[in-house]
Amino acid sequence: MALDEVKIGGLGASRKRVEDNRFIRGKGNYVDDVVLPGMLYMEILRSPLAHAKINSIDTSAAYAIPGVRMVMTGEMMAARNLAWMPTLSYDTQAVLATDKVRFQGQEVCAVIADDPYIARDGVEAIVVDYEPLPPIVNPEQAKAPGAPLIRNDKVGQNNNVIFDWEVGDRASTDRAFAEADKVSEIAMHYPRSHPSPIEACGSIADYDRSTSKLTVYMTTQAPHIIRAAVSLVAEIPEHMIRIISPDLGGGFGNKVPVYPGYVMSILASILLEKPVKWIEDKTGNLISTGFGRDVYLKGQMALRNDGKILGVRMHTDSDHGAFFADAQPSKFKIGLMHSAFACYDVPTAHLTAQGVYTNKAPGGVAYRCSFRVTEAMYFQERMVQAAADDLGMDQAEFRRVNLVKDDDFPKRTPFGFLTDSGQYGKCLQIGLDAIGYDDFKKEQEEARKRGRLLGIGISTMTEPLGAGNSREYDILGIKMFDSAELRVHMTGKAILRTGAKTQGQGHETTWAQIVAHELGIPAEDIVVEEGDTDTAPFGMGTYASRSTPVAGAAVSMVSRKIRAKARKIAAHLLEVSDEDIEWELGRFYVRGAQDRGVTIQECAMAAYSNVPDGMEPGLENNAYYDPPNLTWPFACYIATVEVDPETGVWDVLRLVAVDDCGVRINPMIVEGQIMGGLTEAYAMANMQFITFDEDGNCVGSNYMDYLLPTAWETPGFELHEVVTPCPHHPIGAKGIGECATVGGPAAFVNAVMDALKHTGVRNIDMPLLPDRVYEAAQTGSDISGMPPVKTADD
Amino acid sequence: MYPSRFRYEAPTTLAEAIAILATNDDAKVLAGGQSLIPMMKLRFASPATLVDINNIPDLDFHGADADGTYRIGALCRHAHLEKSTTLGDHQPLLASCAPLVADPIVRTRGTFVGSVCHADPQGDWASCMVALDGSITAVGPNGERSIPVKEFVSGPFQTVLAADEIATEAVIAPAQGTRVGGYLKLERRVGDFATAGVAIGLDMTGGTVASAGIGLTGVGAQTIDAAEAASVLIGSSLEPDVIERAANLAAEVANPRSDHRGSASYKKHVVETFVSRILGNVQREELQVA
Ligand SMILES: Cc1cc2nc3c(=O)[nH]c(=O)nc-3n(C[C@H](O)[C@H](O)[C@H](O)COP(=O)(O)OP(=O)(O)OC[C@H]3O[C@@H](n4cnc5c(N)ncnc54)[C@H](O)[C@@H]3O)c2cc1C
Repeated sequence: MALDEVKIGGLGASRKRVEDNRFIRGKGNYVDDVVLPGMLYMEILRSPLAHAKINSIDTSAAYAIPGVRMVMTGEMMAARNLAWMPTLSYDTQAVLATDKVRFQGQEVCAVIADDPYIARDGVEAIVVDYEPLPPIVNPEQAKAPGAPLIRNDKVGQNNNVIFDWEVGDRASTDRAFAEADKVSEIAMHYPRSHPSPIEACGSIADYDRSTSKLTVYMTTQAPHIIRAAVSLVAEIPEHMIRIISPDLGGGFGNKVPVYPGYVMSILASILLEKPVKWIEDKTGNLISTGFGRDVYLKGQMALRNDGKILGVRMHTDSDHGAFFADAQPSKFKIGLMHSAFACYDVPTAHLTAQGVYTNKAPGGVAYRCSFRVTEAMYFQERMVQAAADDLGMDQAEFRRVNLVKDDDFPKRTPFGFLTDSGQYGKCLQIGLDAIGYDDFKKEQEEARKRGRLLGIGISTMTEPLGAGNSREYDILGIKMFDSAELRVHMTGKAILRTGAKTQGQGHETTWAQIVAHELGIPAEDIVVEEGDTDTAPFGMGTYASRSTPVAGAAVSMVSRKIRAKARKIAAHLLEVSDEDIEWELGRFYVRGAQDRGVTIQECAMAAYSNVPDGMEPGLENNAYYDPPNLTWPFACYIATVEVDPETGVWDVLRLVAVDDCGVRINPMIVEGQIMGGLTEAYAMANMQFITFDEDGNCVGSNYMDYLLPTAWETPGFELHEVVTPCPHHPIGAKGIGECATVGGPAAFVNAVMDALKHTGVRNIDMPLLPDRVYEAAQTGSDISGMPPVKTADD
Repeated sequence: MYPSRFRYEAPTTLAEAIAILATNDDAKVLAGGQSLIPMMKLRFASPATLVDINNIPDLDFHGADADGTYRIGALCRHAHLEKSTTLGDHQPLLASCAPLVADPIVRTRGTFVGSVCHADPQGDWASCMVALDGSITAVGPNGERSIPVKEFVSGPFQTVLAADEIATEAVIAPAQGTRVGGYLKLERRVGDFATAGVAIGLDMTGGTVASAGIGLTGVGAQTIDAAEAASVLIGSSLEPDVIERAANLAAEVANPRSDHRGSASYKKHVVETFVSRILGNVQREELQVA
């Protein structure tokens, strides 16, 4: 009599996404759809220069335009102690420039006007007198002797270095290298990219003097963190702040930080006592908001002749732009870079990392990854390929030798994480079988004889997803756990709220499936709501694949609390003691008399009409979940490519993906996440980067230059799965939102490198634009390092 | 998008449109808007008046006259050419270029003539027009004139059109024999402008080249007429050494800049490769026919 779990939309049901009902009808409700009475519009004047002293700002012509209400300048912000704001990485960031501009696109003034056209006219009328300073566009320039000091605003900062950080065991790693048969070395750059959600950032601040309440509609992935930040920065009591994050048109990490535009719209609303709307344009989003990557690696691997990795050394130089505004756990200066090599049995490793300021946009966000894990896994998999090649060993065999074996768990990674589960060898084998590895190698050899260049690339990795635990993970001291609140109404329908914030992941669909799994209430009877700090329980938001591992676990836990209370009610209704009650999906029954039972819906009704003596009425609860560990999904991606030797253009022949993300709640959504991630991975490998010329001009400030792949060039993906349940997650799920973005790029790049192996080329930095591939193949030398992009005539 | 303030006019006759252009300073013709509107959005262009020609009848045509003269009207969209079932018979070069211009959305609105008028050195159609030695018909207050496309463009984003003239059609002369040719474009992604593009139009009689034109996209400050490269083809049967010579000469006149799309030397190399490929394809097809 138990319900069929898939039929009620529980675990394993590929339920259509309920949110799509409104999205495909054009009925989504995004920040820009919100219109408030008397609303004004804000537009930002951005710096055209990367580095320049501001001599003067003349706003008089802007004020002369009818309909311009206010022009905000750095001076005006400074008078209110708001010219600078704290970043998520314990640095400061200019809200509006006062002394000088430090990157192209930096916020210099804001105009508030009756409509957006007038606001834009106002921006054009402002006259700023800049005195150009030499720009710095890469770490090498930043560290050069005599380099101009970017952060002369910071007391005690006398160079452009932000941090030096170190993790791992230097001494034992040195020993491993001393004992090595061979040392493999490779250097590379993971270029700057941008999360580039289709909806740019924006906010509507609405300060009501009569109630002292500030309501802000905002494009944010983490509304509660924003509430805390606004309370601290603007000195408004937290209970007087309501942050509403409505439908989001994608986030990908870009909507985690606090941006100057948000702060200015809030101040403008307070000063003008009107709602103020700020909607960023695409260029503003691309040139000023949180970017991803921009890290240089020097990697070394100590190897034994039989292929065993003895030790790893990594040094990273990261380019953080003008302000250290990375969104990452406070304890880790370069995010979770030290998750590198977590899937390999590496006895010892040592990582040093240095971060620098440059005259580029701030805010290294985790673009669809957990805090720099993308860079870590890319570097890892490129190093692995180089090492196998240096040993003259087959790529797959080298991985087989070094991957952690199934019975080695729990396993301490070389940098100290604890992985707890996986079947790495099995995933690899499924991938190799699916692509026909041995046959392809033969085909490749044949083709090469006829001048055709085929290549095959593998990427295998496990990544830490789902921060916390709260012991190690916090942002600005706020611990990383999450929450869920469930209210079951008397008819057995329910509303679920969490501290996460969906932005395309499908929480409205999957959370209901977890409740259905735990309580047997059909998923369609549960509405899911997120994003309003006045109603949602406190949480750290959605990024770093943390929703299912943390908030999703809280959904399970709160459902179990509800079930525990319902059990007592069932015992009361069935007139037996608690201990005599058994549970099957959707129903309690009397042990030994399965036909005597009550449904969860009947318990809900009784909760509001017939509770046992001494029991509080109602069927509501909440749960805060602090995960004991991160979750460790595994992925194996294998790509085959063909390179055109005459043009350097390369095409993907096939891409096989084997993902193990533990138990899949909604398999269709999981597959969607993987395909989306692989598309982004392909984009990064093939076409996508934000670079800068020697003057610090951003190349990639619009969608003609910053390329998002279309359905036309995106290859087809072949998906396979392995399920190793997470041992500590209540339903055995692991993060999956980001595996493909993280692990994907190396598969494509390794494949192209494999195709060029005979030329002696070991590295081409992403994106593998045709000209780079052609040049590398022609010259047999690596193409590494940038920006600045060359613009001089050859 | 928040452009500067502008006046919008939507005349229904050509005469009216010309009159508005003649009496308003800083007026611009609006055709498909796929270049002009983005520039206005970014405020790179802020014309005081827009003269929308989309309501003027009889400008949406493409096809061959009885004598083989091919005409493309000012409101013929890229998509009309792409979907045309007859274009390939008359103008194989244009037919091979049509699906490579921009993306499907832009092609639905953007016009062939507007593209030539826009005079973007990265415009694909202009190279085709150069390769086919076409001309533009312009109408102004003083009547009509025909301007060879090689004289039409006067610089990057500049043409010899007077402020009160409207380009009403693009005209391509009849073939001398069989018209063959093709377009190759290296783009980073669908909808991207060319890293480098090559347009070749050839008229063949009895297996030899009677006339030839080569236009290059995106490798100079304006569309490049690789006339010398084309001239070596005349009288040949596209023998390998002739192809190689033409390819070298075309690469020589290419004058690209190094930028994020690729280095100058790479772009020259692509020109050379594409000239060889197009001519090689033509040659193979000719052999098959023979
Ligand atoms: C995303 C995107 C990608 C693109 N990619 C490509 C590409 O790959 N290759 C390519 O070639 N093009 C590309 N384009 C440009 C596109 O082809 C334009 O449609 C074309 O360049 C202009 O045609 P239009 O009709 O839209 O002209 P409009 O934008 O209306 O006008 C362009 C200019 O020409 C003038 N003009 C237009 N028609 C006339 C006329 N009849 N008489 C006098 N003046 C006139 C206008 O005043 C204006 O100055 C792209 C555009 C976009 C938005």
